[in-house]
Amino acid sequence: MFGTAIQPGEKRLKTVFGDLGISTALLLEVILFSVFSPYFFTAENILNVTLQTSITAIIAAGMTFVILTAGIDLSVGAMVAFSGVVVTSILKLGIPFSFSFPLCLLAGILMGICSGSLAGLFVTRFNITPFIVTLAMMTILRGGAYIYTGGRPIWGLPEEFSFLGSGRAFGIPVPTIIMLCIYLCAFVVLRHTKFGRYVYAVGGNKEAARLAGININRVLWSVYLICGVLSAISGVLLASRMNSGQPNAGLMYEMDVIAAVVVGGTSLFGGRGSIVGTFLGAMLIGVLRNGLNLLNVGSYVQMVVLGVVILLAVLLDQIRGR
Amino acid sequence: MTALPLLQMKGIYKHYPGVVALADVNFELYAGEVHCLLGENGAGKSTLMKILSGAIKKDSGSLYIEGKEIEFNSPADAQKYGISMIYQEFKLVPELSVAENILLGNEPTRGRLPLVDHKKMQLDAQEILAQLGEEIPTATRVSFLGMAQRQIVEIARALSRQVKILAMDEPSASLSQNELERLFAVIRKLKTEGVGIIYISHRLEEVFEIGDRLTVLRDGKFIHSCPVSETDRRNLIRWMVGRELEQEFPRIEPDREEEVLRIEGLSSGILRDVNLSVYRGEILGLAGLVGAGRTELARVIFGADPKDKGRIFLEGEEISARTPREAIDLGIGLLTEDRNKYGLIMQLNVRENISLSNLRQVTGRFFINQAEENSVAEKFKQALRIRTPSIDQKVENLSGGNRQKVILARWLFTKSKLLIFDEPTAGIDVGVKLEIYNLINQLAKEGIGIIVISSDLPELLGICHRLAVMWEGSITGILSSQEATQERVMTLATGMKSG
Repeated sequence: MFGTAIQPGEKRLKTVFGDLGISTALLLEVILFSVFSPYFFTAENILNVTLQTSITAIIAAGMTFVILTAGIDLSVGAMVAFSGVVVTSILKLGIPFSFSFPLCLLAGILMGICSGSLAGLFVTRFNITPFIVTLAMMTILRGGAYIYTGGRPIWGLPEEFSFLGSGRAFGIPVPTIIMLCIYLCAFVVLRHTKFGRYVYAVGGNKEAARLAGININRVLWSVYLICGVLSAISGVLLASRMNSGQPNAGLMYEMDVIAAVVVGGTSLFGGRGSIVGTFLGAMLIGVLRNGLNLLNVGSYVQMVVLGVVILLAVLLDQIRGR
Repeated sequence: MTALPLLQMKGIYKHYPGVVALADVNFELYAGEVHCLLGENGAGKSTLMKILSGAIKKDSGSLYIEGKEIEFNSPADAQKYGISMIYQEFKLVPELSVAENILLGNEPTRGRLPLVDHKKMQLDAQEILAQLGEEIPTATRVSFLGMAQRQIVEIARALSRQVKILAMDEPSASLSQNELERLFAVIRKLKTEGVGIIYISHRLEEVFEIGDRLTVLRDGKFIHSCPVSETDRRNLIRWMVGRELEQEFPRIEPDREEEVLRIEGLSSGILRDVNLSVYRGEILGLAGLVGAGRTELARVIFGADPKDKGRIFLEGEEISARTPREAIDLGIGLLTEDRNKYGLIMQLNVRENISLSNLRQVTGRFFINQAEENSVAEKFKQALRIRTPSIDQKVENLSGGNRQKVILARWLFTKSKLLIFDEPTAGIDVGVKLEIYNLINQLAKEGIGIIVISSDLPELLGICHRLAVMWEGSITGILSSQEATQERVMTLATGMKSG
């Protein structure tokens, strides 16, 4: 009876309004910061925000796939560090950059594949909760990064390498361009392919999806793979930006990333959410950080504000879901 | 008992945005009677019960208990007056013991200390169950119990709170015939103790078996109220549907001979040496009690569970589906029991649910062809008359019957040769049931082999060409529609040799 009481038009309006919810929040933020800081709304600063956000945003795209299946990946931050140190160590082997660069990219992606598929294997074949599997992966990868470097950062990389993280093409930061490409792909995959549909179906109801003929293990395995690869790519970008391989890079990234996805309206219970939402969520957090920095708000206060914003955003989503 | 009714609800109104759920509804319940509340889905039965239990508030109207006007503000208020509800989905905690569930929120303590007296709890629970004439080990975890026993535990829980009015929403939905008998025995016992019982069910034969009086609602309005003995099935349906139904169980005869499915010596789990054939255009019923292995058999055929022994042939060729995907590709479809849990993806819309099992059909090299997917969904929406404002509506907003049609559309889109319906009309209105029967007949006429599993025996007798009866994992008999009677099926279903 409750179901029929809600008119479909009203419902659709609600969804649109919901999506508007996060975009209005973002817009409001932009207007607010523009008023208080003259520098905020300049092309340079906007590009700067996208650059600063790009690394977590790329991971958040991968995390969206995982969370849509009602899973979670806590190992993303550690993966950033691990791929960063391995990649930089390859660059230091002394082979010419034109050889070592593709080699290091390949190695980065390969590591993402290995770690992601290992997590996926444990989740699917052995039926262990994603939280536990990726928690274990997180400490293994982080520990691995420290062991690999002896706890010391890797410095002295070829200069050309910094182009990836700090360079610009057509005036736009390279990480921003990479991020946009990844989001475009993720959008198309989730919206327009069988696999994307299956991700939603498996997240919505695993058993029903299996009985509808979907190979749920393959879908679940794939989402961890995707998340692993995107984390590894982020690791390479971060290493390039810092021009070094830091074993403690990406600490607590998993929290930022999950926050972006959840603020973007994706349900932790799976089956609901969108990649556009995640993008807006990541930007909302990025703009907040940037704006507060410009207003000289201390980092301790920033943490509190960020927490409050996350709560408000999720509350908004809850009210809309009713 | 005097003539004063235990409960009186007068002129109850309830509006939801855009919808009048109840308009001027009257309801009366006397002590020691079973009052059946009837109506299709959306007629307002649940709303009325929610008002009675204090879960929602009425807009206007009055509620009297033993002649006193009372206003409920919360479920706790209603409980104080001895009103208990048993919902379709049990509110038991599966990981707690029977005793802990029965006395949940009402635990006996050791004197004044806030410590639970476990011994007394067991004894109290046993006593309440004994009142019902039931023996369930009170230390067992509820998750180990069958559906019928869980229901008894629910009733016992209501009794532990000095219940005067007990409302049961579709208590029979998951019970088999003899479990139902036990439930009825308990209900009769409660009657003698002066409890007023409100009984909601879609199965009309139960009304005549257990009911004393009945009230019919339709579209939120009060339609009729009378003693059960003064009416018949035909009248009931007319009141509920608002028009005359031509026939309740339409049937057509198959022109069979070509085998679609043949099962030889199948064993797996509880299934033992099952032999069975289904012909083109035939509707084969699988009868039996809950737990007889009917759903298990369906799942093995569908590749959802593995088989240990035996052979399965589809159109004469031996098959061995190890996953649902393989079965689907071979042309087998399964409309699962509990469509909400095992069938539909609630978060997806009608279109996405229809195309889910055959997405490749509407997918190009890489991408889903939206236009094609739309036209497929539109086609099935019209063919099956799925009542939804649009194919982009989330299925969670559809009624039970329309949800079932969406699932059916999914399996028609995969071009199934064999369709297995597991409890296809559970929780579906009389009017829509007829539509589902007609669709099943239509499919049979088009040459699809059909297996129908149902706990609703009149339904099986009504629409099936043959009935296979199962008991404890094996088939105890196969009856033609001429041979099949309620009695013969029940004898076979309880493991007795038919005479």
